Order: sequence, then structure tokens, then C-alpha cells
Amino acid sequence: MRNKTFALVDCNNFYCSCERLFRPDLKKVPVVVLSNNDGCIIARSQEVKALGIKMGTPLFKVRDLIRQHNIRIFSSNYTFYDNISNRVMQTLEAFAPDVEIYSIDEAFLDLSGFADPLSYGRVIKATVDKEVGVPVCVGIGPTKTLAKLANYAAKKYKQTGGVVNLSDSARRQRLFEITPVAEVWGIGRRHTESLARIGITTVGQLAGLDTRFVRQKYSVVMERTVRELNGESCIEQEEISPPKKQIVCSRSFGEKVNDQIRVRQALCEFAARAAEKLRKEKQRCKVMTVFIRTSPFDKNAPYYSNAATGSFYQDTSDTRQLVDMATTLFKRIWRQGHPYAKAGVMLGDFSPEGQEQYPLFESPADTETSDRLMWTIDRINQHTGKIWFGGQRPKKDWFMKQELRSPAYTSRWGSLPVVQL
Amino acid sequence: MKATLLGRADQLDTEQLHIPLFLDRVPAGFPSPASDYCEKTLDLNELCITRPAATYFVRAQGESMIDAGIFDGNILVVDRSLEARHGDIVIAEYGGELTVKKLELKPTVRLMPMNKNYLPLVIPAGEDLEIFGVVTTVIHSLRKP
Repeated sequence: MRNKTFALVDCNNFYCSCERLFRPDLKKVPVVVLSNNDGCIIARSQEVKALGIKMGTPLFKVRDLIRQHNIRIFSSNYTFYDNISNRVMQTLEAFAPDVEIYSIDEAFLDLSGFADPLSYGRVIKATVDKEVGVPVCVGIGPTKTLAKLANYAAKKYKQTGGVVNLSDSARRQRLFEITPVAEVWGIGRRHTESLARIGITTVGQLAGLDTRFVRQKYSVVMERTVRELNGESCIEQEEISPPKKQIVCSRSFGEKVNDQIRVRQALCEFAARAAEKLRKEKQRCKVMTVFIRTSPFDKNAPYYSNAATGSFYQDTSDTRQLVDMATTLFKRIWRQGHPYAKAGVMLGDFSPEGQEQYPLFESPADTETSDRLMWTIDRINQHTGKIWFGGQRPKKDWFMKQELRSPAYTSRWGSLPVVQL
Repeated sequence: MKATLLGRADQLDTEQLHIPLFLDRVPAGFPSPASDYCEKTLDLNELCITRPAATYFVRAQGESMIDAGIFDGNILVVDRSLEARHGDIVIAEYGGELTVKKLELKPTVRLMPMNKNYLPLVIPAGEDLEIFGVVTTVIHSLRKP
């Protein structure tokens, strides 16, 4: 079998780097980005990491540190991050025949057969850094697990210049000896603890385990990890990412809500947003589930959680039908008097556009009319975001706090970054 | 000069009328008989953008580049993939802000305003000048809304 080479390109502190892109004043300043309802820290700049603030820390727990070090706080601005992510991925696609987008800020590139992957990795890094404007690190190895580990090393050790190649097994050994097992792709906290009990704490020790032993005591997945650490490629590049099988739109409310109209409005909003995502994927759905629940941590009120599912007569991606269904399902599960903490809409059982089966009394023309209307609405909303359906709430403000969100730099003409003349 | 990153249309947003769209059906019109004969339309993006992933739009604010044809409120198309050369109009980082100036590399590195009422910004030797990108196009609407 031909030797493989993978590269993992991963953006450094991605959300924070995005926030810094048009803000040179934030370059050397500590920055954090908060989760959707501004509860927890979900991204930290290097300066914040150095202060020992952990991922996922609730904001209120570090108020003092934030004041003391003048840490800049941002609400998450996913439209913007998504735009920058697409730019990164688009740039990477010029570098390899096969790019697998692994998450919003990382992608695997298949570099098998490339002559000098290290130099190539440096060119990739330099290009993304310069052209998109967010810094990345590149980890290279004969397996995906090693590429991941190489990326960890590239981020941790500054003298690498952000690019590490672990194809050479001697170099691998040195890193293995000084790296804790928790840094290995797929080794979570539970595995780390359980490995520590049998005296395995470094990557080197894990790689040295007998594969049969690992399979018996742990799992085939962990066995695969050990093989990959030893340079045997077991995890293939996903050729084309499979179309989504489910779309979920849900949120925790910024504050407890017990008003029927507001919860219904939220659900209609989710239905509309889910419909938009569905159309973006060029799919239609057959079933919808709506759920509402109170907070399981609320000691003052009994816990209530319920969901209802309905299916459409004909597969659809029409916001009107989805909003209608969400309203119907909501009526079935709504109970007055609970302080609701979360609600959501799930769509399932997809079929691609253009492959629909028409029921007896429906004609393709109905679908076409609906498609054209939805296309128009999506276009208008992309640019101004001003059309919604009767059931949706009129304002977004009460819902997510989002007070500290940066402008829609890349998606609204009115919010372009300003440059001084 | 202070940069405010919210543009003016953001304030407009809140003042605009919110018109909900109801669930009623709208009859579709008669399809255009010409629709089968359409050729591709011209797209300004094609003219202004060569590398979409590296291109950003920014809004200019101020008067210092009037002689370069850049006016307050104009939208600038910025290509980050281009190597900034002597004489290019660039977006550069200066004093914690993004600024638009003409780049001079010789005899010394300077950011030149193009309006005689403004002074050049001299970058001291040994100090790094961070270039955000090269301005390739100015979008200047002539008719006020």
C-alpha cells in the first residue's frame, strides 16, 4: 500500500482571531468569546489561556480576573465566523485534491505523494495567514491521529513556526515522551484517568501498548488510535461529507420564559431558521419534532420536558408549512405555569430537492411556486433580514442577550468595517 | 480620529418598518416567454473580485484620500492576496486603527495621504508596518438616496 500523508490545518483560537481581524487595537489584548446566551467562555486568546482561564468557564466566575486584566468580551457572531471559515476552507482547497472539512476551524488535507510536505505546509500556513487574515497551524503525519498530534505540537512549540511534520519516527519518539496522553485525538478524560490507573501517562507509553490488549481492555476505536500513533493509517479521508441527516435549531432562553406567546414565537423562529438551513442543503423534510423544557437545575419549580412529532403530507422545505407544523405541535405540549428554559425544533427524514413524489392531488407547480417564494425570501433575508412570518416574534432582542456582539462585518452593507482616511 | 465599527445603516435598521409576511397564498404570474433565451448577465463581482476568499469590503471614513478618488462613505474592495507595492493604495494598521493611504517604500516607508491638507505618516526605520490589504476598487454612488 502507498504511504499516506495527511495534514491537519487548524485555526489558532479561531473565534478570537476573527474578532481581531478588523481590530488592530485588539492584537495584543486578551480577548474572549461567549456562548450563545453569553453564559460561558467558548474561545480564549493566548493571553487569556496564559491567565489559566479554562474553556467553558461561566463568565460570572471570572468577573474579577476580567476586570483586573481588562479582558475584552464578545458575544459569539456565528455569521461572521462562518464567513471567515468558508474563506479558510476555500483557500485550502487550492492546495490538495482532497480537503475534508472537519469542523468550523479545522480541515484534513490529503497530501499523499507530495514531495516535501513540510515546505508545502509552510506555504499553506503563510497563504491562509496572509490572504484570509487568521493564523493557522499545520500538523503533518502519515495518519490522521499523528497529523492531529503534530498540530498540537505546532501550536505548543513556537520555535516550530506553526508547522510540524511527524513523518519521521525518531522525531515522533521525542514528542511522544514529553506529551500527555490526553492530547491524543479521541482520548478523553475518562480514558486518560483509566490509562493513568495502569501507569500510562505519556503518548509514548500508549503507543507502546500491545494492540490486542488495548482491544480487549478498551475498544477497537482505541486500538485504532494506537495503530495510528505507530504510523499505520486506519482512519480514511471522508470523500464527500454526507448530507446532514437532521437539522436542529434550539436555544436556551436568556431568561426564564413562562409566556405562551413568547415560547410559541421562539419555536416559529426556530422553524423558520431550520427551514432556511434545510433549503441551503437543498433538502426537504418529512418529519418535525418540537420540544420545550424547564431547567433541570431549577430547585423552585418541578421539571417539565416534552416533545411532539408530526409528519408532512408531502416532503417540504416551505417555511409556511414548517411554521404551521411547529405551531400545531407546540399546542400539544404546552403546559401553562412552567418557567421554560429551552425550546427547539428538529427536522428529519430528508429527501433531496427535485426527487419528490407528488401525492395525488398536488402538482409540481405548487412546489415550484413555493420554491420561488422561499428563494426570494432567503435572498432578501440574507441582505437585510427583514421578512418573517406571522408566528415569529417581532424582535430578537429579548431572546439572546448578545449585547457584546461585533458587527456583521461580512454580511451587511451597513456593518462593513470602517477604515480611516 | 476614532473608528466606530457600526455603520450608519445599523441605526436605520431599527427605524425601518417591520412587515410580517402572512401565510396566504399568492397567485404566481404568467411565466415570461423570454426566460428560455436568457444569456448570462454581467456580474460586477467578476470585474472587482479575483480572489473571493481573500477579498473584503470596508467602508472609508474621512477626507484624506480625495485626490485618489476616495470619498467619505465609499466602499473599498480590498484584496489581501496581493503583495503591496510602492504606489499602491493600501489599508494599513496605524495607531491601533485601519487607515487608507498610498504606500511609499522609497526612499523611506511612508503612508501618504492624497489631500494637501493632510501630513504623511512616516514609519520609523526598524518599525514594522502591517498592511491589511491592497485596495483594488472604490465603489462611489453618485446619487444620494
